Amino acid sequence: MKAPALALAVSFAAPFGHGQTNNAPSAADGIAQYRALLADGNPAELWEAKGEALWKQKRGAKNVAFSDTCDLGKGTGVVKGAFVELPRYFADTRRVQDLESRLLSCMEAQGYNAAEIAATPFGRGEQLDLEALVAYVSAESKGMKFNLPQARPEERLMFEVGKRIFYFRGGPYDFSCASCHGEAGKRIRLQELPDLTKNPGDGVGFAAWPAYRVSSGELWGMQRRLNDCYRQQRFPFPGYGSDATIALATYMGVQGKGSVSIAPSIKR
Amino acid sequence: MQNRREMVARSATVALLLAGAGVLPARAQSAWPKAAFDGKSIDEVYKGLGIAKPVESKDIAFTAPDIAENGAVVPIGVTTTLPGVKRIAFLVEKNPTTLAGLFDFTEAVEPSVKTRIKMQQTSNVLAVAITSDDKVYYAQKEVKVTLGGCGG
Amino acid sequence: MSDPMRIRAQAQGSGAVVRVLMSHEMETGQRKDAAGKTIPAWHITEMTAALNGKVVLSGEWGTAIAKNPFTEFVVKGAKAGDKITVNWVDNRGDKRSDEAVVA
Repeated sequence: MKAPALALAVSFAAPFGHGQTNNAPSAADGIAQYRALLADGNPAELWEAKGEALWKQKRGAKNVAFSDTCDLGKGTGVVKGAFVELPRYFADTRRVQDLESRLLSCMEAQGYNAAEIAATPFGRGEQLDLEALVAYVSAESKGMKFNLPQARPEERLMFEVGKRIFYFRGGPYDFSCASCHGEAGKRIRLQELPDLTKNPGDGVGFAAWPAYRVSSGELWGMQRRLNDCYRQQRFPFPGYGSDATIALATYMGVQGKGSVSIAPSIKR
Repeated sequence: MQNRREMVARSATVALLLAGAGVLPARAQSAWPKAAFDGKSIDEVYKGLGIAKPVESKDIAFTAPDIAENGAVVPIGVTTTLPGVKRIAFLVEKNPTTLAGLFDFTEAVEPSVKTRIKMQQTSNVLAVAITSDDKVYYAQKEVKVTLGGCGG
Repeated sequence: MSDPMRIRAQAQGSGAVVRVLMSHEMETGQRKDAAGKTIPAWHITEMTAALNGKVVLSGEWGTAIAKNPFTEFVVKGAKAGDKITVNWVDNRGDKRSDEAVVA
């Protein structure tokens, strides 16, 4: 997206979807109706079912199940409510981790090579299992409010780093996350861009991922969502499960405190 | 992947058991109306299905969004109070091939179905109902598409 | 070869609403891969739904049914405990069968 097009998007932002004075249903109403019609029967449920099976299955060279060995922050094997408290600090890895990097740590405990999986392209190999797992884990927090812990200095540090990364401009177009997500009322064509510097509302922004993307028929976790944002900014991707992506997720999650998670949702 | 192989083994077993129970489609693949599915226009689809041109009917309630945010998945639904409907076909006028799919109803189901179709571009979408005495009716709606769903 | 369907069958009034999510690429045969070669069409051609072993609904599908198809229909006279079986066959001859109990 080039800067002039963004300016156009901003100038369209005010009349779009805000109190139409004419009688015809606005494009925003039409999109809302489309999304409502798709709400029941989200193909993400196919991933959830697969993820649940993977969670309980003994796998890897060590032949252990996530349900017996993986702590997502609320205790070994506990899935309910874990998603809305991530990223958070983990004592065993001494890192603040998001869901996907934490799943990688748990996969290492099963005998997998986390670095290899992180280097695997999206939609291939073990990345497919990660898609299923994030769908399942997030589904177990559906309807709950985001409440990331910020008690530890490591967690607060990641929040501060994430904020700086959010506003950091770079790349050939001098974009930052804030270029698109730093203000309310922005959109690209018919796609609204949530303001991620604050709580943008229930089920919006950070609270809507992982999601099934209708345009490609794929399930995207937050890592893939960030990867695609960076691609659109013509930035190199910071790396799957990297501290930079975890910091960004921490910033967005903390700013979105109290918003209700609808993950895994269904998206264009 | 180990887990997938297990699932395949389980599902293959289920399929075999159910085949034995006579629950898999008894009709051969020849029941698939190729001429209709190859049709590149509404008229070619009617010809392929061997039906007359339908009459518009207010007794067919056709639900579709005004705008599809993505043509890859467009949710549509139809329900009808017309008596004796045995088949409903969904046509997308401007798709590369017009017929999206058909549903055949026995007495044991309501003559209503929801499905999701692909649309290449803004187009009229038709729900064509065929009754057991071969009368043909339709309802249509224009659905605007903002992104093509067929591969573009 | 394919992932299981998700079938939800809910008693409602005198019948049951059945919602089925199938896992299938539904490749149109219109797309080209990175090398410019057309990706061949791969789609469900027929599906059936049965109540306690008797087929009540069937469908013939083309490439314009969406990927990971969702279908919803109402089976008359179905009650809690009844078995709903959904089958599909695709143009490669792959098959899938799954069942659910009406809740």
